[in-house]
Amino acid sequence: MEIRALQAKATQIRMDLLQMIAQAQTGHTGGSLSNTDILTALYYRIMNIDPARPKAADRDRFVLSKGHSVESLWSILADRGFFPKEELATFSRFGTKLIGHPNNKVPGIEMNTGALGHGLAVAVGMALAAKKDSAAYRTYCLMGDGEQAEGSVWEAAMAGAHYKLDNLIGIIDRNRLQISGTTEDVMGLDPLEDKWTAFGWHVVSIDGNDMQALVETFEAVPAHRGKPTLVMANTVKGKGVSFAENVPHWHHHVPNQAELEKALAELAAAFENYEQKGQVR
Amino acid sequence: MNMIPNRQVICETLLEQAQHDRSIMVLASDSRGSAAMGPFAKAFPEQFVEVGIAEQNIVGISAGLAHSGKKPFVTSPACFLSMRSIEQIKVDVAYSATNVKLVGISGGVSYGALGMSHHSVQDVAVMRAIPGIAVMMPADRHETKRMTEALVNHDGGVYVRIGRNAVEDVYESDNYEFIIGKAVRMREGSDVTIIAAGETVRVALDAHEALKEAGISCRVINMHTIKPLDEAAIIEAAQETGHLITVEEHSVHGGLGAAVSEVVVQNCPVPMRIIGIPDEPAIAGKTAEVFKHYGISSSNLKRVALDMLGRQE
Repeated sequence: MEIRALQAKATQIRMDLLQMIAQAQTGHTGGSLSNTDILTALYYRIMNIDPARPKAADRDRFVLSKGHSVESLWSILADRGFFPKEELATFSRFGTKLIGHPNNKVPGIEMNTGALGHGLAVAVGMALAAKKDSAAYRTYCLMGDGEQAEGSVWEAAMAGAHYKLDNLIGIIDRNRLQISGTTEDVMGLDPLEDKWTAFGWHVVSIDGNDMQALVETFEAVPAHRGKPTLVMANTVKGKGVSFAENVPHWHHHVPNQAELEKALAELAAAFENYEQKGQVR
Repeated sequence: MNMIPNRQVICETLLEQAQHDRSIMVLASDSRGSAAMGPFAKAFPEQFVEVGIAEQNIVGISAGLAHSGKKPFVTSPACFLSMRSIEQIKVDVAYSATNVKLVGISGGVSYGALGMSHHSVQDVAVMRAIPGIAVMMPADRHETKRMTEALVNHDGGVYVRIGRNAVEDVYESDNYEFIIGKAVRMREGSDVTIIAAGETVRVALDAHEALKEAGISCRVINMHTIKPLDEAAIIEAAQETGHLITVEEHSVHGGLGAAVSEVVVQNCPVPMRIIGIPDEPAIAGKTAEVFKHYGISSSNLKRVALDMLGRQE
């Protein structure tokens, strides 16, 4: 998919996830909006995945370590055909498979997450297995920035560099907000790039809502042989909905009817703008 | 007297199995020496992963390896593995259904004089509460061998706890049928049943002899698998012998005694005693000294049995 089509797709996914959250009356809205562009780049352009063969041995692996922002992932997996789109209506309902965190009973989900600081270690294991088997697949792990305060992230960071896992790509959704406020107020992370560099990773810092930058960065992996890649995706929490952008309260705010309509109108206008200028699908 | 510790048996068994199963992987957290896994690391360097002193990481990485078709055996001190990484065990192993074998080494009070930080006498309680994790404790080197072989062929998360030092044999050889979840009736008896696991099985067998001299017929059950629990063996023992004693190298809260009593009170209420480590930081000392202090001894088991049966010593 070309850049313009990816941008339109990300806009459509934002509309889908907002409707899903409004319908369910629960969800992590801000973080899902901030990582939508990252996931769109991965699932529609970068990763080798086949919805018809979700367990294919050569598939690329994806672990959503910031499991709470699963809404964008559910919307994308449904759109890509891993499961029927109608199932999105069951999100967070009694007995649903589509719970508020990744659930590997759903095709396309590799690992159950939700407890922060787990995903990268699991991704290290997957990437290490690929090296042992001389398999070509890559492993991607999306983390939150608030999650960087978990010590287990850094245990895994050490192991990824120690085992020279250049088939491993860590991504940080650096939106600078967490539930209690800014990341720097809650527990200062900066200089975060330097920390990852010091841990032996090849760090690329980009605008994480810039589709062109995302695609170029992922396509250049591994930029450094023998080193895992860390993509510092500097994003805007609540991206795409003007009144949700950079507002901590939208971490798990559920839009009311008026907010939903306003958000969908903004996104629909953006979608049409992308569509007119380029092909979608 | 046997001089081979169970950890060495696990290493030897995995060395044998790895000859024809290249998916077996052993992971260590700077613990290859204490886990006796040095020979495995040397023989199969490509199937050995060192993670350093990082118990959360060892479990997470193992889950990722298992997800990719490997059969990881995590070997790490029971005290750290069962506590430091319990959330990884819950989420990455149990909840995500990955085929990870967690081998807690130097378990119970093996680290004797090192104190409560190094004792693991709550591990069975926490593991048992997690759906999807089997919990096992082998009684001697023969059972350790058969258990390890069974684990290689078992798909699912398992926590196994072993001690540090060599223990006296309770089986004559490894020529017996080991089935996960199926208790072994070590001695027949009709007056009382002692249910033991791990290193306390030896103590229970000695108690059987001591009670025999006193004219008491004592059944001994080796509950090597604490989860899934062999409920039928417990109910049968309660119905046929009317008195149950459990003995474990674990807190009296949440371990073997608790597991057995959950079955007993709901199916076949009979008098029962739970022998183990009380709710306190365990006293320092060698395993035998600590066992004796807390009544994990054949003489105390005899005393308890006689008391239950209303008999004088």
